[in-house]
Amino acid sequence: MIFDPTDAVMGLLGGLLIGVAAALLLLANGKIAGISGIVARTIRSGSADRAETIAFIAGLIGVPVVYRLAVAPPAIGITDNALAVVAGGLLVGFGTVLGNGCTSGHGVCGLSRLSLRSIVAVCVFMGVAVLSAVFLRPLLPGV
Amino acid sequence: MRILVSLIAGGLFGLGLTVSDMVDPARVLAFLDIASGAWDPTLAFVLGGAMLPMAVAWPLAASHGRPLFGGRFPGPASLVLDARLIGGAALFGLGWGLVGLCPGPALAAIPLDGWPVWTFAAAMLAGMLVANSATRARG
Repeated sequence: MIFDPTDAVMGLLGGLLIGVAAALLLLANGKIAGISGIVARTIRSGSADRAETIAFIAGLIGVPVVYRLAVAPPAIGITDNALAVVAGGLLVGFGTVLGNGCTSGHGVCGLSRLSLRSIVAVCVFMGVAVLSAVFLRPLLPGV
Repeated sequence: MRILVSLIAGGLFGLGLTVSDMVDPARVLAFLDIASGAWDPTLAFVLGGAMLPMAVAWPLAASHGRPLFGGRFPGPASLVLDARLIGGAALFGLGWGLVGLCPGPALAAIPLDGWPVWTFAAAMLAGMLVANSATRARG
């Protein structure tokens, strides 16, 4: 995959859409668009806003379905190493709930209000993710 | 109305992830793997772009007092840096760098690919359930 200027424009455009989604959820509903928090609340017993979080997730998954049918199926590349897939999923799920946020909650929503916890969290998960991608990933090779 | 807003916000979020190609783990890994020789900065543009509307929304929220459709805005951000925050972020980074999926794309990419994405998403839910009960048990 070669990066070209179109990718920067599409990245910025996609990012703006994500930011507008987060701003809408904050200003209209008073909620932070942190995906890990939204998913974790949905599967937690006694959730107070489950209808809202389920609706958000339905939109999150539904629009790529429509995009795939209406425009084109984006070709995506993911490892087929089962150990990496399962271990990665467990770590991402456990870690984001323990650390109270992910790329959207700490990244988009936290950094934009200059939250100290979010700045520290983003530095830690970004730094560890770089180390993991460079050094750990080659040990569990896949497609 | 709150449910409709949630649906629209989720849809916009999913569209943003699709348009920016953040649903593709290979592109995310091309950002994280700084040693590959083919570094791809797209993720930085996405994060930067997403922060612009939010940088406007936070001051608006502070001056409004109440959300449009009820409830209340989140309180001021906590300043507590503890082992749980750092440890959680580190574990998350470990898994993110291994596969290239974080929670949003892990769900948004389910309709776009075969078993690895939904297996990752299922494992992610399992990890969240464990953390939910572990953090609840400790209060």
